[in-house]
Amino acid sequence: MQNALLENYKEQIDYHLSKYPDDQSRSAVMPLLYIAQEHYGYVNDDGVEDIAEILDMDPTQVRSIAGFYTMYREKPKGDVWLHVCTDLPCALRGAMEFYDDLLEELDIEDGGTTEDGMFTAEHVMCLGACDRAPMLQANFRFHENLDMDIMRDLMAKWREDVNAALQPTDGGDTVSEREAN
Amino acid sequence: MTQNILLRGREIPDIHKYDVYVENGGFDALKTTLGMSQKEVIDTVKASNLRGRGGAGFPTGVKWSFIPQNEPIKYVAVNADESEPGTFKDREIMETNPYQLIEGSLICAWAIKAPAVYIYLRGEYWEIAEQLDRCIEKCRAEGLIGEDIQGSGWDCEVYTHLGAGAYICGEESALLNSLEGKLGQPRVRPPFPAQKGGGLYAEPTVVNNVETLANVPFIINEGPEAFKAVGTEKSSGTKIFCVSGDVAKPGNYELPLGATVRELLEEHVGGPKEGREFKALLPSGASGPIVPLTDEVLDTEMTYEAFAEMGTVLGSASFILLDDTRDIVWAASKMTKFFKHESCGKCTPCREGTYWLDKVLDRVIAGKATQRDVDNIYDIAGNMTGTTLCALGAFAANPVLATIENFPDEFEAYANQRAIEATDEADAEAEPAPAGD
Repeated sequence: MQNALLENYKEQIDYHLSKYPDDQSRSAVMPLLYIAQEHYGYVNDDGVEDIAEILDMDPTQVRSIAGFYTMYREKPKGDVWLHVCTDLPCALRGAMEFYDDLLEELDIEDGGTTEDGMFTAEHVMCLGACDRAPMLQANFRFHENLDMDIMRDLMAKWREDVNAALQPTDGGDTVSEREAN
Repeated sequence: MTQNILLRGREIPDIHKYDVYVENGGFDALKTTLGMSQKEVIDTVKASNLRGRGGAGFPTGVKWSFIPQNEPIKYVAVNADESEPGTFKDREIMETNPYQLIEGSLICAWAIKAPAVYIYLRGEYWEIAEQLDRCIEKCRAEGLIGEDIQGSGWDCEVYTHLGAGAYICGEESALLNSLEGKLGQPRVRPPFPAQKGGGLYAEPTVVNNVETLANVPFIINEGPEAFKAVGTEKSSGTKIFCVSGDVAKPGNYELPLGATVRELLEEHVGGPKEGREFKALLPSGASGPIVPLTDEVLDTEMTYEAFAEMGTVLGSASFILLDDTRDIVWAASKMTKFFKHESCGKCTPCREGTYWLDKVLDRVIAGKATQRDVDNIYDIAGNMTGTTLCALGAFAANPVLATIENFPDEFEAYANQRAIEATDEADAEAEPAPAGD
């Protein structure tokens, strides 16, 4: 049987395995779940079995890890996955009203996906940006100090080019791309 | 007066770059440390009186001294799983000054002669992890990470590891389980992480918060006395106060421990929003008991001891402010929903207790509570305290208990509503769906 993850991501997988002692390869289950999610769009049975084979784990154990953590998708989502924080500090800065307006604009319920498969929106717990609420992560990229006008512009941009959801909002350098020297 | 030991990125542009960091004294402390014995390093950190900045305030040097030096393998795990509502300090430290954290972590690793450091970041901070990975590569190229660091004969690797959305992984033993590829659930202690059998891969392990370790280069460079000169006798150094909620200027503020709440809120944060007054303070995110923001509280020194005396905790110093327009019972309900969501499910009192507290609070807010519900709250909350493997159970009982204790009128107004007929407003408050949970 072929292992799609090993075939396509050998270098990344080896890198993650190299971080942990030889007899502790199970530590790589979380990074490998991210790789499976990237490859399949969500953590499906094929991804779970690929990981189980690579790490010599039981597929059930891999599935239990995927189920415990909220950042692994158990089913397909929209192209842009919106995580809106509505915890107390954000709520004090209007995040709940912002999220209600966003859901109305998208014509979906909390956790739902738009008909065109473009957006999935979910409320989440604190994301560590309380001073810049309302805020969200779009495909895990921070977008802060939002209102619906900014949001409509962003969504129009993402509809044109879904990869734009991964670009920084302010046009400046992002932490992930910054030079280290 | 603000004093930036940790938030130096605000004064030194581009300190996230290696050359800039080195020009400003970066890695001097590590090089000094490599000329010291393990005991000397630990004694220096002990003498500085640095206490853990993650929330518990445990003396850092003492924690390091628990590691049995004769064990061949020990680890450092950096807790960058910042997830407490209202906390965003570690994010700024790592974004603006990543090398300071790496340097602090390496000094800790030298102090216990660890061959590896794992920086466990919450999954949502993956961009920061990518930056740290590049910084680690740079350090490797400069001979600061890897084999025979600076000719010391000591090998040490530094790795990042991403979580995936679980508050509980900020609890140190759950963090270690998560690093091992297991469910992020707390462990039975003893053995403690510093002991053989209790740490990462059962090896003795120091688990320190990002902000804690970011203090260490300063302590080595300037000496423990210079660190102790800032702050108070028992709470030394500076602390980053994350201020959010109903304030004029939310953000991170670095102040000496011992500064008053008034100084922080009036001189730096700019007070409440225009035309409003402060009503309540949550000093440690969702976990610490809420207190009314009285003059007495405003004049309290921000130290671990003074806040404990006040009946609350300084914890991670994540100050969430509520003004006079806010409903404290609603806030308690929000926080209870947070803990219900984040309970890892391992211990019955917490798993079931958070569920029932949330359910009863919904009834209270809907104006349907009876005396029996109030009795139930005390019963459930009582069963959650001191009966679980980690502190989440007790933390989860705090929002509702502190509301009843410190804002009895507001709570009673809801509890008595049954007799006076629920208002439309209360109904609306009771069902904040879909965004509520």
